[in-house]
Amino acid sequence: MAMLEIEDLNAWYGASHIIHGLSLTVEQGEILALVGRNGAGKTSTIKAVMGLMPRATGRVSFCGRELLALPAHERFRLGLGYVPEERRIVPGLTVRENLQIGLVSSRAPIDEDEAIDEIAQNFPRLKERLGQQGSTMSGGEQQMLAIARAMISKPKMILLDEPSEGIMPVLVEEMGVLFRKLRDSGITLLLVEQNVEWALKLADRAVIIDQGEVVHRASAASLLANAEIQERYCAV
Amino acid sequence: MDVQLIAMQLLSGAVLGAVLVMTALGFTIIFGMLGVVNFAHGALFMIGAYAGVAVAMQTGSFWWALLVAPLAVGALGLLIERFLIRPLYNRPADDPILLTFGLGYVLVEVVRIVFGNDGIPFSTPAALVGVVNLGIGYFPIYRLFVIAVVALILALLWLGLEKTRFGLIVRAGARDPQIMRVLGVDMRRLWFLVFGVGIGLTALGGVLAAPMRNVNPEMGALVLAEAFVVTVIGGLGSIVGAVVAGILVGLVVSLTSLVAPEMATISMFALMALVLLIRPQGLFGRAGA
Repeated sequence: MAMLEIEDLNAWYGASHIIHGLSLTVEQGEILALVGRNGAGKTSTIKAVMGLMPRATGRVSFCGRELLALPAHERFRLGLGYVPEERRIVPGLTVRENLQIGLVSSRAPIDEDEAIDEIAQNFPRLKERLGQQGSTMSGGEQQMLAIARAMISKPKMILLDEPSEGIMPVLVEEMGVLFRKLRDSGITLLLVEQNVEWALKLADRAVIIDQGEVVHRASAASLLANAEIQERYCAV
Repeated sequence: MDVQLIAMQLLSGAVLGAVLVMTALGFTIIFGMLGVVNFAHGALFMIGAYAGVAVAMQTGSFWWALLVAPLAVGALGLLIERFLIRPLYNRPADDPILLTFGLGYVLVEVVRIVFGNDGIPFSTPAALVGVVNLGIGYFPIYRLFVIAVVALILALLWLGLEKTRFGLIVRAGARDPQIMRVLGVDMRRLWFLVFGVGIGLTALGGVLAAPMRNVNPEMGALVLAEAFVVTVIGGLGSIVGAVVAGILVGLVVSLTSLVAPEMATISMFALMALVLLIRPQGLFGRAGA
């Protein structure tokens, strides 16, 4: 059984129908790249999984649990981590506090200081800034913080919405190394990206969506080699 | 005009401000987190004062009134949130305004029916009767006690907000409720508790004010306007803003009444207008928020 199964998902923002009968699966321990043009429905798909779309129908199950009937906060408790596109570092809170809010509802009791030490090893840049206001850091650092906040509760799966957007290339490379490390430690990743080449190099499999529907599925390696398909569905 | 007189008047202003802070804090926290402008806030202040009177009559003790009345009215606040406000969360912002507006009237009428139209005297507790010589003049002990209680509550609130896990959730939830939901926080439960605490605070303000004012069904009306003014001056949703603006309004009203008593109430609105002109988001408000 796949870790995340999405079947015939439809989702709306008010009157606009964004996702049209989308189905995909994410297997335990893989990185799945979800790519497609701007406005194809990538963000809406992961928002529907997290419980942030005003209206969604179909079937979404995570580790065998049906998600659509659950409020967002209960989905987190099943082991779903989320890194939103806008990062959502909470203003007025320090870097440490932004990490702590990732732990306030964690499934298992996690020792806060230990968890923050562990995070600091993965993110040396954050370690030096624990007392600083999170929202005053650079975009790249805020992105790292958003990822760290999603990781700290040790979720089974993390949904990442365009993590490389607007980030210095050197940090994007660092992020890639981190994502591989996460996968190797058994954490499943669903990676929504505009930076298609980078995402495909990282991912195991890829799903292309267009106008709220899946239009292509392939191994990441074969899609990386297929310039024509990339051009047809992902060119900006 | 001598310095001592002004100093005493400032102290009186601080007492006035302290009571205001208790009311405005709940008002601004509820608005900041729930997005609900609670027009029943003044009525619940009045209910706090009456609850204090009722408990004091039953037990014969002001101290029990001070403890029990805010808790009881806070519990009433929980019921109001659960059964009246919560069903309106996904509705237009006018709906909770209309509801709390009406609720305020209902509460006032209920008190009229139960306790009558006339004011009820609420005597100062025996231990706090009298005045004390501060070196600059004589000041009522009870009023110093009010300042002390409010300072204690503020210190506890600050500790709770800054040093506890629950406080962290409240601070973060006030700024970004959506991210807290995807981090596993049941925001509805948080709003429920915040509403109860906010109402408990205004009820405490009512009990504290009772021995200094006439306890009557209308006493909440001006309090609601004051809470509004303080919230606007301090910045919508800002806790620090409510504290600073509450004291500031108390001082301004008090000093104005020294020179022109008839202008005292107006002075607070003038201050609000001035702040709005110079700094529309309020002293501690976030621009655009």
